[in-house]
Amino acid sequence: MYEILLKQDLVPNIHLLKIAAPNVAKKAQPGQFVIIRIDERGERIPLTIADWDREEGSVIIVFMEVGTTTHRLALLGTGDSIADFIGPLGLPSHIEKFGTVVCVAGGFAVATIVPIARALKVKGNKVISIMGARSRDLLFWEDELGSVSDQLIVTTDDGSYARKGVVTEPLKELLESGEKIDRVIAIGPSIMMKFCAKTTEPFGVKTIVSLNPIMVDGTGMCGCCRVSVGGVTKFVCVDGPEFDGHQVDWDLLFARQRIYLDEEKLSLERWQSQSGIHP
Amino acid sequence: MAKLNLNRVSMPRQAPGLRARNFNEVALGYSLEQAQAEAGRCIQCPKHPCIDGCPVEIDIPGFIKAVRDGDMPEAVRILKDKNSLPGICGRVCPQETQCEATCVLAKKGAPIAIGRLERYVADWERANMELVNSPKIKPKPTGKRVAVVGSGPAGLTAAADLAKLGHSVTIFEALHVAGGVLMYGIPEFRLPKDIVQAEVDYVASLGVRIELDTVVGKTISVDDLLNSGYQAVFLGPGAGAPMFLNIPGENLNGIYSANEFLTRVNLMKAYRFPEYDTPVKIGQRVGVVGGGNVAMDAARCALRLGAEEVYIIYRRSEVEMPARREELENAREEGIQFKLLTNPKRYIGNDQNWLVGMECYEMELGEPDASGRRRPIAIPGSEFIIKVDMAVAALGTRPNPIIPSTTDGLDTTRWGTIVADEVIGKTTKPAVWAGGDIVTGAATVISAMGAGKRAAASIDEYLRG
Repeated sequence: MYEILLKQDLVPNIHLLKIAAPNVAKKAQPGQFVIIRIDERGERIPLTIADWDREEGSVIIVFMEVGTTTHRLALLGTGDSIADFIGPLGLPSHIEKFGTVVCVAGGFAVATIVPIARALKVKGNKVISIMGARSRDLLFWEDELGSVSDQLIVTTDDGSYARKGVVTEPLKELLESGEKIDRVIAIGPSIMMKFCAKTTEPFGVKTIVSLNPIMVDGTGMCGCCRVSVGGVTKFVCVDGPEFDGHQVDWDLLFARQRIYLDEEKLSLERWQSQSGIHP
Repeated sequence: MAKLNLNRVSMPRQAPGLRARNFNEVALGYSLEQAQAEAGRCIQCPKHPCIDGCPVEIDIPGFIKAVRDGDMPEAVRILKDKNSLPGICGRVCPQETQCEATCVLAKKGAPIAIGRLERYVADWERANMELVNSPKIKPKPTGKRVAVVGSGPAGLTAAADLAKLGHSVTIFEALHVAGGVLMYGIPEFRLPKDIVQAEVDYVASLGVRIELDTVVGKTISVDDLLNSGYQAVFLGPGAGAPMFLNIPGENLNGIYSANEFLTRVNLMKAYRFPEYDTPVKIGQRVGVVGGGNVAMDAARCALRLGAEEVYIIYRRSEVEMPARREELENAREEGIQFKLLTNPKRYIGNDQNWLVGMECYEMELGEPDASGRRRPIAIPGSEFIIKVDMAVAALGTRPNPIIPSTTDGLDTTRWGTIVADEVIGKTTKPAVWAGGDIVTGAATVISAMGAGKRAAASIDEYLRG
């Protein structure tokens, strides 16, 4: 069992858990993920690692309530435990001195991008970060991302805070500004990553995305997470999760993410009616 | 000399119509009377060729004699002296090509049903724990520590043997339960999970520690293990990576690797969705590509989960199928349809990326290839379409590269298997042994157990050095 050392509600449907997992903490690198399972009947789901403390032996994950597992996870609190916490999985982010790097985070992925931006900054890159959310009450970690960036641009879809619009708009302006951008790293909902990649493509700027397909084991055993990158089938769990966004077959990714929509809905409704928790 | 009794006692099984819709075990096991009748057929020949046919060298005539005499605790003792996993082996070993093939009565067409008797003894022990109560003689601790990577058949066997020799053993397992392929791969109806768990518990009872959720190569490296007080490491991680056909359309929704499909069903218990959270899709018409035991397992799972038509699609003919005859017959009886000399050319999808069909070639057999089997050749212009809305690729597995790619000094072959001594499993890296599918490529439970056993003996010799 893995104890929850701290639970924080970052915004109403996005939560942070600090988990006691010394072995995972010891090896964690930016860009990697864990597989968690709440209990005996639970599903194995991947969650990216947001931070870690090797001294304390703890790992931080941030997740949004989407399906049964994340809704159940949201009900746990400090002192509770989960059955399984496996990692760190996947390949770490490729970190070196590129020059100027734009880090783009959509929604709760700001938590994933902070350690990557930090590592890039430590390597001597100029880091320009863009973070976006639907509205002001869904924004979190603005200061955290700001503290590891040379420049931070915030957007909200509805204009309730900072700049109104979506993240691709400031991204495009940066590319057009004439400043030499050496690399873009875009992490967030698949549709946002696709449009970031589409935005940078005409400028020929290498754009890294972190894919989030359905997984089971997370160690290359099942092939559930296969995607097509540059026409070649890759397993996100062992070959990724980061890939060249210009090479990803996005439509295939979207389609494969929808395989279990019916079952996910049934499972969530069943859990909500049994637990007496209604949306 | 008494007349030879050639009436092999048949195994009671669930009726095909009934079992095709449930996950309960197909073979029901002998009664005491049946076991003793079968054991009574053994002529106790002095040359005991059956032992030579057993990769772990069980004293087969010895335990059979004990069954015949009704001394079950003695039968248990003899079995477990060589084999820590008899309930598993009694069910999934291909005895027909091993001990039973070398039995002197095999020449008369009626070898002793050694596997069924082994299963009987193992099941008797589980039901009568209190009667066995073997006062466990604790081995003298050697003070040596061994790390075993993987808790499948190779790892469990190596760990049990090393613990019996007095070494302190820790198994590191990537998944959330121990047992490896015995848990995630082989279905409940062929190998009930409580039997696997009981035999894992037995190994733990010998003093073996089991660390779950630990992906060696990710959570901890082989060198970390060697640097943290383990004097030797045994690698038995299996050949966990699935193979696909690499034909167009293979990433359509509804196409699974056998590993994924069986893991969802067996390990994650998707057959009990939504009571368990993990779902699995089941088509109405399911095509399973492949001809091995795993293909039979996947086809029979799909049928039990409610598929209307299930096809085994295999590029050669029935005689070349690597599946056990018994499993093939079980599958056929249950209504699995065989489309032989058939090979997919491409998968066909609809505009939502869902599988709707498989275009296949008719095949013919040419000259024998490297495997000794006749090479299948596509007949030009023979393409035809099979309507399927789900497919499973049961084409075998290859080694998972996580351990070799994170371990310096561990040589691999061009197939990704770890280079190791054929007999003792010593690798090119000091203090590291390997065995099972990671060395041989996908093979059987018992051959992995044999490799675990021989490596354990070699490790013991090294540690006592």
